[in-house]
Amino acid sequence: MARSVTTRRKIVYTVLAWGVGLLIFFPILWTILTSFKTEADAIAAPPKFLFFHWTLENYAVVQERSDYMRHLWNSIVIAGGSTLLGTVVAVPAAWSMAFVPSRRTKDILMWMLSTKMLPAVGVLYPIYLMFIQLGLLDTRTGLVIVMMLINLPIIIWMLFTYFREIPGEILEAARMDGATLRAEILYVLTPMALPGIASTILLNVILAWNEAFWTLNLTAANAGPLTAFIASYSSPEGLFFAKLSAASVMAFAPILVLGWFSQKQLVRGLTFGAVK
Amino acid sequence: MTISVRALLGASALCTLAAMANAETTLTIATVNNGDMIRMQGLTDDFTKSHPDIKLNWVTMEENVLRQRVTTDITTKGGQFDIMTIGMYETPIWGKNGWLVPLNDLPADYDVNDLLPAMRAGLSYDNTLYAAPFYGESSMVMYRKDLMEKAGLTMPEKPTWEFIRKAAAAMTDRANDINGICLRGKAGWGEGGAFITVLANSFGARWFDENWNAQFDTPEWKQALTFFVDMMKESGPSGYATNGFNENLSLFQQGKCGMWIDATVAASFVTDPSQSTVADKVGFAMAPNHEGVDKRANWLWAWALAIPAGSQKVDAAKQFIEWATSKHYIDLVASKEGWANVPPGARTSLYENPNYKDIPFAKMTLNSINAADPLHPTVKPVPYVGIQFVAIPEFAGIATDVSQEFASVYAGQESVDDALAKAQAMTNDAMSAAGYR
Repeated sequence: MARSVTTRRKIVYTVLAWGVGLLIFFPILWTILTSFKTEADAIAAPPKFLFFHWTLENYAVVQERSDYMRHLWNSIVIAGGSTLLGTVVAVPAAWSMAFVPSRRTKDILMWMLSTKMLPAVGVLYPIYLMFIQLGLLDTRTGLVIVMMLINLPIIIWMLFTYFREIPGEILEAARMDGATLRAEILYVLTPMALPGIASTILLNVILAWNEAFWTLNLTAANAGPLTAFIASYSSPEGLFFAKLSAASVMAFAPILVLGWFSQKQLVRGLTFGAVK
Repeated sequence: MTISVRALLGASALCTLAAMANAETTLTIATVNNGDMIRMQGLTDDFTKSHPDIKLNWVTMEENVLRQRVTTDITTKGGQFDIMTIGMYETPIWGKNGWLVPLNDLPADYDVNDLLPAMRAGLSYDNTLYAAPFYGESSMVMYRKDLMEKAGLTMPEKPTWEFIRKAAAAMTDRANDINGICLRGKAGWGEGGAFITVLANSFGARWFDENWNAQFDTPEWKQALTFFVDMMKESGPSGYATNGFNENLSLFQQGKCGMWIDATVAASFVTDPSQSTVADKVGFAMAPNHEGVDKRANWLWAWALAIPAGSQKVDAAKQFIEWATSKHYIDLVASKEGWANVPPGARTSLYENPNYKDIPFAKMTLNSINAADPLHPTVKPVPYVGIQFVAIPEFAGIATDVSQEFASVYAGQESVDDALAKAQAMTNDAMSAAGYR
């Protein structure tokens, strides 16, 4: 017998869920609101919520001062390129760990994850020097490679988790039918793991889009993505919160829209295989 | 056939020569996001018109990111930037290390002797200028004339800390959310660290003795820190332990501070009616000193333009720096945006200009800068250069830790004695590890 849920309980849960949702969304909402305020309204105390002089001036100033499209394009290339490259490397790696594990597979997985525990600044100088030698400083290619390497452990781990959910017998059956390894990965495994792969890709695009250590430290005038664009509006001497908010909104809007449209996929992918 | 090949070769050689003649030099300039720098970016047409072969690429960064970014680049000879915006802290250190191109061959019409002596001294190493000041600042008292009058007091031109404390208490009106005084408490060597250092200087304290021993165990430091904490408890805003420049600027502009002692550059913000609710009520005075101490709490800072050593574009970079820090540039800003918006604190001639003398904060800014002496920052002798900082590479790290200890005193989590004892120990440890003592 299904457990009946009382209306009161339903209301409580709904209100609670909306409350938590709004709490999480509030900083974004506040940034959006601030971007339409004058600089004086932006710092007004008590803060003005909706009743202020709405203006588009900050967006006009940001548009005039910076080359938004160049930063946007850099973000798209770096986030997209690094995720695609990472996925191409990670699918075979996750396949081998999920279906033909060796004695050391677990150790390798842990070791890969442990590389994420090193503070990034610890390897700034070696990477910077390597980039000088290779001529990769301030290039999108260089950042695609670095972002790919940074996110690779996460991509492999996520894919590994999804692949493990797929019964090995199906792949065995494919092999019995004479499928080559390539055909097995491409035509049997990939379609079945598609939701998982899609959410992995989405999550990694978001991670690469938001990354703000390497993208700030390895770029100058050419390859700076939207993180560099936002950083250029932060000021230690002077109150420019409205302009900073406008720049932030322009930077996160594309990824917010992407997240909005793919939220079903994201939620499904993130919960799938996560609870065992 | 042969002739046509020759003709082709000749033509292509000509094209190459023509291209070389028109070759553009692109200068990449790393800079901070502040009003004066952004204004300069908008006015570069004036430079590119007279230098059509030079193209400018701006990379604007937040101050701490900029510092980390240009330091990485200059120490690895990354060559990402042709001109760097650096401050008075970095310039002597980098100049000493040979990381910057000396600016000792500036043309006669640049008039290097017109640079304010304090600025020139702070941006030089061994009497060689390594960075040209774009704008400079000291610190001064900004106060509300109306609240001072209401409290029945008159601000002297050169107040003492004792007067400031008395006035702050008299101006404080907790019911109306008015704090007598707003000061920086935020951790960070350039935030609260800078402020407490100049306050300590004006109480006769110093960071190090001549042998690089930390001096936090001296009575001067204890007196300075205790005074600051007590005054802020009486008359400061709640949560001042996390207030930096921008937080205090915001409080002052909304009429919530009776006094604010901070960068002279803030004067143009607090007197600007478009952003300040108290624009017509602000008066200025010299940074205070403790009674009987012959040093005021004036700091000295400049944002300056420098060329990294090893740059391939030194000539073009020098031409740009000469333009950006010239008298001509000041006139250009004045003609386009008015005298109140010219970059302050770099040149003597600006303060002799009759048009600039009408600006309410001009005289006090100049007096404050002139009162600051980076070569003799403290009452007792010290082995270092710099006023609100010590110009050694280790300082930023040490002072950030020390200012965190102090911030926990401001937040009421630690006693003055404990914080000073910890500061003493950690500074001596760091200096021993770095081989100074």
